[in-house]
Amino acid sequence: MVDHEPQTVPLDAWHRSHGARMVDFAGYLMPVQYEGIITEHLHCRTGAALFDVSHMGQATLAGPAAAAALERVVTGDIAALKPGRQRYTLLMNQAGGIVDDLMVANFGNHLLLVLNAGRKHADVAHITAHLPTGVTLTPAFDRALLALQGPQAAAVLAELIPATAAMRFMDAIETTALGTDLTITRSGYTGEDGFEIGMPAAHAADVATALLADPRVKPAGLGARDSLRLEAGLPLYGNDIDESRTPIAANLGFAIGKRRKMTWDFLGGAAVRAAHDNGPAERLVGLRAEGRAPVRAGATLHDAAGAAAGQITSGTFAPSLDAPIALGYVRADLATDGTALTATLRGRAIALHVSPLPFVPHRYAR
Amino acid sequence: MTEIRFTKDHEWVSLDGDIATIGITDHAQSALGDVVFVELPEPGRSVAEAEACAVVESVKAASDVYAPLAGTITEHNAALADDPALVNKDAEAGAWFFKLRLADRAAFDVLLTADAYQAFVQSL
Repeated sequence: MVDHEPQTVPLDAWHRSHGARMVDFAGYLMPVQYEGIITEHLHCRTGAALFDVSHMGQATLAGPAAAAALERVVTGDIAALKPGRQRYTLLMNQAGGIVDDLMVANFGNHLLLVLNAGRKHADVAHITAHLPTGVTLTPAFDRALLALQGPQAAAVLAELIPATAAMRFMDAIETTALGTDLTITRSGYTGEDGFEIGMPAAHAADVATALLADPRVKPAGLGARDSLRLEAGLPLYGNDIDESRTPIAANLGFAIGKRRKMTWDFLGGAAVRAAHDNGPAERLVGLRAEGRAPVRAGATLHDAAGAAAGQITSGTFAPSLDAPIALGYVRADLATDGTALTATLRGRAIALHVSPLPFVPHRYAR
Repeated sequence: MTEIRFTKDHEWVSLDGDIATIGITDHAQSALGDVVFVELPEPGRSVAEAEACAVVESVKAASDVYAPLAGTITEHNAALADDPALVNKDAEAGAWFFKLRLADRAAFDVLLTADAYQAFVQSL
């Protein structure tokens, strides 16, 4: 919750000069679109889209056995994360609920964490409370973060920063290029190949301008980012996952390291283990609706017998599929692909069915 | 002779006899962004002034479209079902939403003139 004026990102003026429509998102004025969400979305699936995600929180974790210290509160095998590699992981509470989902990159002498904008302050307090003496989490929330995403992203970036040519999915490098120090990971939130590039705020406009100078690159806003991630079946914190949902219910069991599943020795591990062993009451599933009307977050779901079945947590119109798609939690017995459900939309029943995820295949450079 | 008036809900209303044609303004379509779905009232339905009777969905959100005046729906624009993006391309002409036989022809005159609507938009 933010009860003060929204903050601006370092690229605020840059966005406005490129025709962005700015909206308040998680306490920041962010570009929701430039040309239009559908155009930007489709460009990310065919070319290269440049997103500003500087509202997200970058933070470094350093000190002896920093990885082991982080493992107290996250589900991933961070100790086994090699230098130069990045991993998706989940920050947990005592009850087995998800405090945040985050990326962790190993840069040798420190870990780089990328946290959700609306959670970053709470995350830092939560992680810090569980750190041993000597391990320090240092927020770098003033740093900018750009995402270059799409099938042309690698070719574009390799021309500007040759070191990126050798990277594969989830690689992470620190390098000096475009006049500044950069952190670059080959990852993103669109389902496409792409990179996330961190830099000091003062250099963000220069880097963004250098990337946009390539005719294959177009700016894209958070509107397209949301429809892209939903097509890719990637959960949005606050919608699809939160402190009331376990990783098992959220279908994020893959984010619990194999070694961690032997010991369950992370905060909330016992509760997650119980959900894993007994099965959760509800599961997050993909849903496709008949017709063209988007069924959005908050809509309640019913099974074929009319009994309560769950709730939509994210829903939009998928530009790549020209059809509505959604994510939602349904009773575990209804979570199999093809299960017919209904949602009530403006007093009318809309037919949906459980659909495999992702809706649009991932195209990572593995 | 048709006259065009506007509402603070960003709708345009064109009157021919006692039949009003209603759509959303260019300002509204621009603010909504890409329109992906339009739900329209069925002919024969009686609507009260300010009653929500159509829905326009963009990628991001659903918005109601209101009956600017009381009356009976006589027709809706079936072309919008097949091509909702027409709302973005031709909001103030081809992408009309529905036609309404006004219960009270005189009520039309209280709607905003083009100049008054422009002034309203600029005040936002």
